[in-house]
Amino acid sequence: MSETIYVVIDHTNGEIRNASWETLVLGQRMAAQSGFELHALILGDDPGPVAEQVGRKQLDSVIAVADPKLRSYEPDSHCAALSQVLAEDAPHILLMAHIYQNIDLAPKLAAAIGTGLLTDCIDYRWEGGGFTFVRQVFRNKIDAEIRIRSRHPWLVTVQSGAFNSDDLEDGSAPPASRVVDLASVQVRRESLETIEGMKGGVDLTKADIIVGVGRGIKKEENLQLIHDLAEALGAEIGASRPVVDNGWLERERQIGSSGQNVQPKLYVACGISGAIQHIVGMKGAQCIVAINSDPNAPIFNIANYGIVGDLLEIAPVLTRKIRELKS
Amino acid sequence: MKIVTCLKDVPGRDTRYQIGSGQNWINESDVTWEINECDEYALEEALKLKESLGGEVTLLTLGPQRSEKAMRKGLAMGADRGVHVVDTASRVLSPYPVAKALAAALEKEEFDLILAGTQSDDFSYAQTGVVLADLLGLPHATIVMEVAVDSDAKTVRVLREMESGWFQWVRLPLPAVLTIQAGISKVRYPSLKGIMQARRKEIRQINLEELGLDWEHMPSLEILSLAFPETDSKVEILEGPPETAVDALVDKLRREAKVL
Ligand SMILES: Cc1cc2nc3c(=O)[nH]c(=O)nc-3n(C[C@H](O)[C@H](O)[C@H](O)COP(=O)(O)OP(=O)(O)OC[C@H]3O[C@@H](n4cnc5c(N)ncnc54)[C@H](O)[C@@H]3O)c2cc1C
Ligand SMILES: Nc1ncnc2c1ncn2[C@@H]1O[C@H](COP(=O)(O)O)[C@@H](O)[C@H]1O
Repeated sequence: MSETIYVVIDHTNGEIRNASWETLVLGQRMAAQSGFELHALILGDDPGPVAEQVGRKQLDSVIAVADPKLRSYEPDSHCAALSQVLAEDAPHILLMAHIYQNIDLAPKLAAAIGTGLLTDCIDYRWEGGGFTFVRQVFRNKIDAEIRIRSRHPWLVTVQSGAFNSDDLEDGSAPPASRVVDLASVQVRRESLETIEGMKGGVDLTKADIIVGVGRGIKKEENLQLIHDLAEALGAEIGASRPVVDNGWLERERQIGSSGQNVQPKLYVACGISGAIQHIVGMKGAQCIVAINSDPNAPIFNIANYGIVGDLLEIAPVLTRKIRELKS
Repeated sequence: MKIVTCLKDVPGRDTRYQIGSGQNWINESDVTWEINECDEYALEEALKLKESLGGEVTLLTLGPQRSEKAMRKGLAMGADRGVHVVDTASRVLSPYPVAKALAAALEKEEFDLILAGTQSDDFSYAQTGVVLADLLGLPHATIVMEVAVDSDAKTVRVLREMESGWFQWVRLPLPAVLTIQAGISKVRYPSLKGIMQARRKEIRQINLEELGLDWEHMPSLEILSLAFPETDSKVEILEGPPETAVDALVDKLRREAKVL
């Protein structure tokens, strides 16, 4: 019997989540290296069209799980459906994207089937016939290699951006399906309304230059330094979440997984540590400058240029030099 | 309304980490421990609910003796009492065993609502609260920004954060487990009076080893090694006093990156 790797492909309104494509890249690599089979799982009330798209990638099959109760996400039905499929098919590993829906679902599924879950994985190793995984710990400052100790299927969620969906191998995978019985599932969570919280006048996605400000600015009064720098550069101001939570800047200036996704030519990160939830929103910038007093701040790992020092001292000098340059 | 709030202590934000000699844990000797950031917000939310609805707030912690300090701070902020599962063997624990121990500790407790943090700042697993919910057979909601208990106190409405600036209201029957997001309110400081009172508040201690957990057969995550990330990072650090470093930066941005 050959071992199998399953990948859940998530979609909203028929559109496949990019993070799921990235997760499939990891699945393809793990399968190629181990010789395990690779199958995709697609849940929904009508998963056919999504399954068809996934079928054009290199996999052993694309398994559709259709049920009216899987129309939109809610943990009880989704957990029950996946538990049933996993019990029947007994894969070695189930991979999912580390998106908010799976932050909600994966731990419940792991508890329900009693197996190990490793979240937010960024890499894997295949050694001596077994997989281990790499994830970041201690505020993204340290990488840990971790072994899951449990029965199979192991559950692994994959960090957005850890793999590149451009690296997907094309192919042709036969369609398959599984029937689940959700009649007895008691749905306890009722979805009420969905609201958009970031409507506003600012559109950071069109800005060429963005000055990003983080908790390192320390006080609201100090924000003037950032306004000055942004004005000198002709830049928009973006922010990390804590700055927005403090009410110092408008919500629509938040950059990151729960905020805007920006791709300016230049991003100047001022007093931002570089948490993954921030980085996913700005790593597409052509050039990243980081100003941070901590030489080990993870933001330096993705920056092109860095200055280690006190933002309150450096920002005004930078503002002055830019003004000199422009006059 | 009886509310349990999970509270974990983690290395403080400014910790300069060193990897310990075993290569699979940090050197804890210079670490100062703080309440995990979203757990402080969870506690704040619990205290506000208690203020508007009445009831009791119980802190629930699994950690070594050291963690009592974080619990005392939580009591000083206004929690009524604590349950401390004391990890006498200093195990490096993973979400499932932690949740299992927390669930066992709750057997003798009454509660209508359990709050946990969305994720811990040491491991950032973002699992423990949800696993706890499932082990207790309770419904849950994650990444919660707002909590409103319905007037019959049988259901709760919560605002969940979704990606890219979207939010969703959902309703759950009580008891339920919610994982609270950081930054959703202003966390109170302990008052002097609170600090004085906290010393006398009860912390029920339970020895982790006496909970009878089957360590061998629980799913767990074993940390094999820790390493500072190998940066294939291309970052060029511009050294020198501010004037020099900034001159170099501006020059690079113009001539090399051509973005100015
Ligand atoms: C589900 C979820 C969603 C999230 N979504 C987002 C999101 O969309 N966007 C987002 O940004 N975050 C998000 N976060 C939060 C994220 O995890 C981090 O907590 C946040 O990005 C940290 O912001 P920061 O870098 O400003 O603060 P910190 O991490 O506190 O970093 C401050 C930095 O400033 C430096 N510093 C301090 N003083 C100075 C000084 N004088 N000069 C220079 N540097 C200084 C420090 O060295 C440190 O590196 C989310 C978290 C979760 C759990
Ligand atoms: N040892 C612990 N004691 C009490 N609560 C914990 C413990 N570990 C985790 N939690 C709770 O679970 C949340 C998520 O933790 P994690 O799954 O590690 O990201 C934390 O914010 C805490 O509220």
